[in-house]
Amino acid sequence: MRVPLIDRLFDLLDRAAHWGVHPDYRKEPAASRLIGKLPLPPMLYLPLVQHAGAPARAIVKVGDAVLAGQLLAEAGGTISAPIHAPAAGVVEAIGPLPAPHPSGLAVETITLRVTGSEHIDYAVCNDPFALTPEELARRVEAAGVVGMGGATFPSAPKLHLGRRMAVHTLVINGGECEPYLSCDDRLMQERADGVLEGVRLIATMIGAGRILIGIEDNKPIACKAMQQAAEHFPNISVQSVPTRYPMGSGEQLMTWLTGQELPAGARMASIGVLVHNVGTAYAVHRAIRFGEPLTHRIVTVAGNAVRQPRNLEVPIGTPASALVEFCGGLTEEPLRLVMGGPMMGLALPSLDVPVIKGSSGVLALTAAECNETEEEDCIRCGSCAHVCPLHLLPLDMAASVRAGDLEGAAKLGLEDCLTCGACSYICPAHLPLSHYFDFAKGERWANEQSQRQTDMIREMTEAKRERLAREAAERRAELMRRKAEADAAKQKEKTL
Amino acid sequence: MTPFATHAPYAHAWGSIGDIMHKVMLALLPATLFAFWSFGWPAFWLWLVTVASAAGWEAACVWLAGKRIKPKLLDRSAMLTGWLLALSLPPWAPWWVGVVGSFIAIVLSKQVFGGLGCNPFNPAMVARVALLISFPVTMTQWVSALPLLPGQSVDFLQGLQITFGGIPMLDGVASASVLGGIKTELSKVGHLPALDSLFTAWQSTLGLRAGSLGESSAVLILLGGIWLTRHYIIGWRIPLSMLAGVLVPAVLFWLINPQHYASPLVHMLSGGLWLGAFFIATDPVTSPTSNAGQVIFGLGCGLLTYLIRSWGGYPEGVAFAVLLMNAVTPLIERATPPRIYGRNREGKPLEAKA
Repeated sequence: MRVPLIDRLFDLLDRAAHWGVHPDYRKEPAASRLIGKLPLPPMLYLPLVQHAGAPARAIVKVGDAVLAGQLLAEAGGTISAPIHAPAAGVVEAIGPLPAPHPSGLAVETITLRVTGSEHIDYAVCNDPFALTPEELARRVEAAGVVGMGGATFPSAPKLHLGRRMAVHTLVINGGECEPYLSCDDRLMQERADGVLEGVRLIATMIGAGRILIGIEDNKPIACKAMQQAAEHFPNISVQSVPTRYPMGSGEQLMTWLTGQELPAGARMASIGVLVHNVGTAYAVHRAIRFGEPLTHRIVTVAGNAVRQPRNLEVPIGTPASALVEFCGGLTEEPLRLVMGGPMMGLALPSLDVPVIKGSSGVLALTAAECNETEEEDCIRCGSCAHVCPLHLLPLDMAASVRAGDLEGAAKLGLEDCLTCGACSYICPAHLPLSHYFDFAKGERWANEQSQRQTDMIREMTEAKRERLAREAAERRAELMRRKAEADAAKQKEKTL
Repeated sequence: MTPFATHAPYAHAWGSIGDIMHKVMLALLPATLFAFWSFGWPAFWLWLVTVASAAGWEAACVWLAGKRIKPKLLDRSAMLTGWLLALSLPPWAPWWVGVVGSFIAIVLSKQVFGGLGCNPFNPAMVARVALLISFPVTMTQWVSALPLLPGQSVDFLQGLQITFGGIPMLDGVASASVLGGIKTELSKVGHLPALDSLFTAWQSTLGLRAGSLGESSAVLILLGGIWLTRHYIIGWRIPLSMLAGVLVPAVLFWLINPQHYASPLVHMLSGGLWLGAFFIATDPVTSPTSNAGQVIFGLGCGLLTYLIRSWGGYPEGVAFAVLLMNAVTPLIERATPPRIYGRNREGKPLEAKA
């Protein structure tokens, strides 16, 4: 039973609710150094899983010589992306190798021995806005562009979706709320015009009239640069948003800028909004204007164990060790090697894994930076609930997960959880809350799969039993018929 | 490198459970020191015995459970419980009151439920109430404040004798607490006594009056409480709504019949209200986490306190009120979950509006 008046009162009390955490950002000194260009490494390792969705399918064979920009693997489905050669070279091997993948398992990888930088002829386009939205989206698709913010969702399906769903607003995410990372910051500072053209191209493709660019207020120079670039476009508004983790999460930034709330389980497009990252916009610009496929990206190399932290533009497939070496190597043994940001990134077993399309950072963190300590008892202080951007109750969800009550956790909103890690970050008892939630989501998924499998097996067994029964009945009927025929024949014989 | 099965985040805020307890103790320190000053050495000895025995009981339980003792003691939650219990005792109570009290608090109302974070009731308040019911005489022998000035108070040795030697209390220093005095007089003569002898507002504000250790200085408790809200250890919702829960009915009934109901000033400045509002009711383990829930909880604590003070059998109601509200905390939590982003209050997804 709900009383509207009391609900309104609760809403009022909730509205005062704040969310987010303020971790130590440590974006300097990388954020104030120019983007460096990493020379071509001798070997490139290109995993076929660099994006959300189906793995790409290799179309080259071992021993093939390829040019930079040449297609190595085609999209393996509608939600997938092709992979291109970042440099000219010879395909040395195609097989499983360590890759930055949450499973920690080896991933099918194309190994390319680099011989030079000769590239295929790129289809340069001098007037991209004359092209139709369909043609633009097709070119983005062919260039293998994926979401560069870390989620690596293939961009093309989102662009097609935009045209179908009457999207009115394009939100561009320049939040970069993860500590250490400054690749988007540098990109906006140094290549604002390119980013802005990409933004306008995306807006053209999805037919959005209004463009909102959100940049956290700890990046004033980038914000200024973007504002200057956007000066002549009245439909583009570059806004400074508060620095607060996870402001760079698509939903949070969109809600902050538009005031709209994304219904649980719904797609952004259903409320007429699409969110793209600034890095993606830049990749779109390169793909359309210069015909270049996505073969390079900017990576922040940082952490206290790195001698000279900075941003590097690197060929995709470069081993992480090459980046760290270029930055002067390690000053001490790091506690954690992380790909991506420290809040949502992936721990690496070693630096022998390649940079992929979604790698925004390579971090070597010391024990003092990680501040990992022993777990204590939860005293229900509520800090986790206070910082949760979705207003979930991590403490109650964690209690359910610990008790093995996954459905109870699901009722509390487990599946809504972004796994942003704000709760784990703030917890004074150092409980690995987001780890619990990822685990519980995985378990639920596995349970669902096995349930589905059991259902399928049961259905098949039932179908088989029915079929056998039917066949037996048919056989019996046939037998009866034959017998009747034989009897009839016999009868006839007798009568004759 | 450490074992590899890890999960983000790889950054963590500084702070620990021990830090939180530490800050609460720091916030209690001024009021406690003031209580030592105004009630003399016996108060100090009682405090020391209670805190030390609380830590001892905790260590014993942890040892019995086969867990490592050091981290559990280092979180300092047992010492804080002992400290809060000590503040709710009569300052000249004998040593065994502290030991028995901390046994009830740590063993019977915390560890048997599974230790820190699992107890449904505030351990210090369970102990205080159990002591009050079991030893009503010992638990209501208040002394008037005797500032620790040369010649005015008991000396070091006398203090030891009072706490540990079982020396009966001197008649000259015994005194009724304000609320106790009101209750007795009310039952005798049917209307409020002249409060001059029992209560002056400034004395209560400063803390120079008879009562338990922690009933001493409203000002110092308030300062400690504000400091804690500034450090995000406690929220403002529970303390403010609890104070409002006492103030509003106190004003109403006093306006209706000032002959029979004590003035709001007496209610606000007497008993353990400030200690209760800032340090007892805000115990995160036993209070709701949602914003709306905290307001309901605080209001409930305040209203029940007023109810017990005015019509109940005991002069002071903070401990009972907090315990009663602890009991309904799970219900409050269930009734006031925060609205999840993208969902309505029932948990259904919002409608998509383009």
